[in-house]
Amino acid sequence: MTQPPNDEAAIRVHELTRRFGSFTAVRAISFEVARGEVFGFLGANGAGKTTAIKMLTGLLLPTSGDARVAGFDVYRETESIRRHIGYMSQRFSLYEDLTVRENIELYGGIYGLSDERIATRSTELIEGLGLREARDTLVASMPLGWKQKLAFSVAVIHDPAVVFLDEPTSGVDPITRRQFWEMIYTAASRGITVFVTTHYMDEAEYCDRVSIMVDGGIAALGTPSELKRRYGVGTIDDVFVRLARPAA
Amino acid sequence: MVVRDVVKRFGDTVALDRMSVSVHRAELFGFIGPDGAGKTTLLRILTTLLVPDAGDAHVLGMDVVRDLWRIRPRLGYMPGRFSLYPDLSVIENLTFFASVFGTSVDDARDVIAPIYSQIERFHDRRAAALSGGMKQKLALCCALVHRPDVLFLDEPTTGVDAVSRREFWELLAQLKASGLTIVVSTPYMDEASRCDRVALVQRGRILELAPPAVIGSRYRHPLVAVRGGDRQRVLAALRAFPHVHSAFPFGEAIHYADARGGSDTAAISREITAWLAQRGLKAARGEPAQAGIEDVFMDLMEAPAPRPAA
Repeated sequence: MTQPPNDEAAIRVHELTRRFGSFTAVRAISFEVARGEVFGFLGANGAGKTTAIKMLTGLLLPTSGDARVAGFDVYRETESIRRHIGYMSQRFSLYEDLTVRENIELYGGIYGLSDERIATRSTELIEGLGLREARDTLVASMPLGWKQKLAFSVAVIHDPAVVFLDEPTSGVDPITRRQFWEMIYTAASRGITVFVTTHYMDEAEYCDRVSIMVDGGIAALGTPSELKRRYGVGTIDDVFVRLARPAA
Repeated sequence: MVVRDVVKRFGDTVALDRMSVSVHRAELFGFIGPDGAGKTTLLRILTTLLVPDAGDAHVLGMDVVRDLWRIRPRLGYMPGRFSLYPDLSVIENLTFFASVFGTSVDDARDVIAPIYSQIERFHDRRAAALSGGMKQKLALCCALVHRPDVLFLDEPTTGVDAVSRREFWELLAQLKASGLTIVVSTPYMDEASRCDRVALVQRGRILELAPPAVIGSRYRHPLVAVRGGDRQRVLAALRAFPHVHSAFPFGEAIHYADARGGSDTAAISREITAWLAQRGLKAARGEPAQAGIEDVFMDLMEAPAPRPAA
């Protein structure tokens, strides 16, 4: 298993636990994600994934254990965490009745960029996506693939240390899907850590490393090829089902 | 089921562009394509919920427009969006759908048993409080409770986890074995292998129609899987190769398609490995690859979705 060296970790989690009454949703999980790594965080419904992500994004306090995201503590520095992360969920990231440019400006503001910086980033982003002609188009009228690319660009407009993506390529055609993964790899090569959650194990195959949560704990962690080799199967889907099915 | 030259427009958008397809009895047939390809529109026409602008469609030998009242009791439909009553319990939902079709849950017991047995212990739980996988099983029970001859499922596996997804396909295989005709739509290409035949759908047209095992063999280019090395640099180097047709990330690998048709893939793989090594990418290796459904789909697609007009 490849472990990133400590000084490069963008996310560092040690024995992180969260209980709700007598139910332990997340049970002493430990892992590290390197700067610029594309990390897949997988798990069945109810495995504790959402609870773990809420703690990592500063939305929920842990019961015990430690975690640092972008160097900030999840107990005491949640405000700083929120300023240093980006988030894109599969379909609800953009405002449909705002234009491309308005969405960019709105998110630039939400993420606390100066007006000057927003103007610069807005131009860069519109040019980079080839959307100059469409900058005053309502997002509602754009094809899904374009919305997803724009949503991703907006989620990293403030150059966050970590961007959280939820089923980023669900439902798009296979060419758009690959263009999207190339955008993700480009962001990662700029040093942005990409934290992907998904139900589609196909998407997991594109990650540098994946972890699989079962019943509140991390049941496996490694590169996709390591995990496939370890379980003697051909796909991450098979690895996943083998680990998660007894729990279902 | 026979569809002939069906056209459906919504304003300026052509959802179905003269689509024709036949599905055999007791077949498990998949319409596979991205969101917006026209899958839902086609299923709505086949389930008599939409009227085509042109062309015609027959289900069980009956016309979907003229014979809608005769067709409806014989088909089951599980729409893509959650179709249950969230405030009713599991058993109340089931009883309601049975009563709409003038039957009872007891009369359908044998049909739904394999599925219902998996959610029965939650019979008095409100549908809203079920997990994604359980909701999906309840919706399937509700679509089967009147013993339909054809079952239409619109993106049944969207939003459910990989285990529930696999269990769901296993249930469909069981239902098919009992003689039911099943038509399913999905954006997930890896689900194609679960179907007897699939149609690849894009922008209201069928790009390809064949058994899933045959589709890969329709790929028209020598295909090489490249592993190792810095992904972005390898991609850039492959795209600079003089004979490149396309190069795209494919999970951990990169699929390189060569523009020279009918050539020796093993020789091309060696050529690619050498080309990458020359450019300092010594860790990257090319090996002949089998084309999958995504390779075929990408090759048959027209140019990627056009940029939206201003």
